[in-house]
Amino acid sequence: MLEAIELDCTRGRRALFRGLSFGLRGGELLRVAGANGSGKTSLLRILCGLLSPTAGEVRWQGTPVARLREEFSRQLVYLGHAPAVKDELSAAENLSIACTLAGLAVSEAAVREALARFGLPANDVPVRRLSQGQRRRAALARLSLSGQIPCWFLDEPFAALDADAVGITEELIAQHVARGGGVIYTTHQDTGIGGARVIALGTAA
Amino acid sequence: MNATVKWFWYASPQTFFPLAGTIARWCGIGAAVLAGLGLYIGFFVAPTDAQQGEVYRIIFIHVPAAWMSMFLYVMMAFWAALGLAFSTRLSGMLAAALAPTGALFTFIALWTGSLWGKPTWGTYWVWDARLTSELILLFLYLGFIALRAAIDDPRRADRAGAVLAIVGVVNIPIIYYSVSWWNTLHQGASVSFTKAPSMAATMFAGMIVMALAFWLYSIAVSMVRVRCAIREMSGERG
Amino acid sequence: MVYRDLLLALRRRSDVATALLFFVIVASLFPLGIGAEPSLLRSIAPGVIWVAALLSSLLSLGRLFANDYADGTLEQMLLGGAPLGVIVAAKALAHWLIAGLPLVAIAPLIALQYDLPAHLYGVLALSLLLGTPVLSLIGAIGAALTLGLRGAGVLLSLLVLPLYVPVLILGAGSIEMVAAGLPPGGLLLLLAALLVGATALAPWAIAAALRISME
Repeated sequence: MLEAIELDCTRGRRALFRGLSFGLRGGELLRVAGANGSGKTSLLRILCGLLSPTAGEVRWQGTPVARLREEFSRQLVYLGHAPAVKDELSAAENLSIACTLAGLAVSEAAVREALARFGLPANDVPVRRLSQGQRRRAALARLSLSGQIPCWFLDEPFAALDADAVGITEELIAQHVARGGGVIYTTHQDTGIGGARVIALGTAA
Repeated sequence: MNATVKWFWYASPQTFFPLAGTIARWCGIGAAVLAGLGLYIGFFVAPTDAQQGEVYRIIFIHVPAAWMSMFLYVMMAFWAALGLAFSTRLSGMLAAALAPTGALFTFIALWTGSLWGKPTWGTYWVWDARLTSELILLFLYLGFIALRAAIDDPRRADRAGAVLAIVGVVNIPIIYYSVSWWNTLHQGASVSFTKAPSMAATMFAGMIVMALAFWLYSIAVSMVRVRCAIREMSGERG
Repeated sequence: MVYRDLLLALRRRSDVATALLFFVIVASLFPLGIGAEPSLLRSIAPGVIWVAALLSSLLSLGRLFANDYADGTLEQMLLGGAPLGVIVAAKALAHWLIAGLPLVAIAPLIALQYDLPAHLYGVLALSLLLGTPVLSLIGAIGAALTLGLRGAGVLLSLLVLPLYVPVLILGAGSIEMVAAGLPPGGLLLLLAALLVGATALAPWAIAAALRISME
């Protein structure tokens, strides 16, 4: 469903990768591997349309994503480095606002359930009081509400998580893939999700 | 011959580089010759003004500089918009190359205007509509240059500058009209800037020649700047 | 989206209060510098109030996108289901509700300090009501362009203040027209036209600038 064609990416004065082509089909799991600074995040941002590649293009079901814009945005979930949660709001408020923004209608009960799955209370405590790991959990809770969105892009989803939360996230990813969704995630460590195809980004000259 | 293909061929920095050199050389020579001619007409041929005496001769620099300052901003916005639409690097470079020249002409227009104002109006600065607009134009140029200078990534600098230039060009007429309206409300400076009713043909010719000289100068200087930018870019790649 | 920003502002009340306080302080400094001659104060009041409004709107603009940029929410907005133009228009509206509307409410207080005749209060409030949203919209373009740059605050004022000139002239001018016994209708209509123009065009410029800045 998603195709990357001859992608080049130059950041500042450095070429990160050249001529990168691959495809993602439904029900497929793709892991982007590589050292720090090898362009994993840039690749993910290019794929979801935040960054335009220096050359080449990304196509969603045959149409370049640059032309689709929000139409494509509605088909994807992107979780970046930054947790994208507001310190002043509670986890529940954050989650329901994020879903509204993405165009998903979610009920309050569904939000509570999603948070509970990640072991977060659905009270009024602002995220500011939570730990770093709990913030990540609050951000990842969005995944359990995004089952019907076909394409997931996860940038370092396992960073700052304990074994428990890693387990829940892996389970969510596995479920999504089984459902026929596509998942691309980046990590620099090996994780135990089976069946992932690997794209390794070397340090291109 | 397909015209569009040819245009895009010139839009490639590598093919443009030698062409820019030639243009810069010829326009530079032309600018020097015309400036000499214009100044000669301005200082020796044009008659002394009946009311203002010799002071008025500064308009041979002032008026063409003011024309250029406005025209160059429009050109800059044009190239910037083109760069945004077709994402050609060269357009962004041209826009960036025009900005310092435009700012320079704006500054010259202001400076000569105030030099002219001292003997004529008895003060260096008058909140005249045109002077004020020109001052704001200078701020717009400086803003554009400062924005580009603050951005490290050249592609982002091109595109962010383009958005700013387009916003600026939409605003310039609004600013101009609001400032001239404001000037009529506050009748502080009761001197109007209207030209002497009958302008001698030689005066007009002098101004046109000077304007042409400034034109060629702008082209020459921006070509030199573009060459620098192209060299810098290929240095990055190598 | 508007609801979200208002909610955030509510949780961070001190920021709103700071901008408002800034407006009052700037306006209060002028008499100290110029002298408290009532007729002089009356004649400079419209200009002072408007300049203070420009500066105070500028002060809060720096944070318009910066916080969302820092914590990654801005990326989510760019990938939201709604067109970016609509989202940024909502953000500009929220900025106006937080930073512009309070100014309209507090301006009569300043007018009182400056001994402005009572019949000018109406046009003062109306001109601010029409003009401050334009400030939010134009300012948001600058905020989007300078996002994440070093020295963004100073750069923002350099970019945005020249563009504020027409609003300042029309806003302050309309008050002076009434003070001079003339009808301000034409100027207020022009101000309204600026507002309509800015509402139509600015969101696209803001959206384009944000996309560029996010790369």
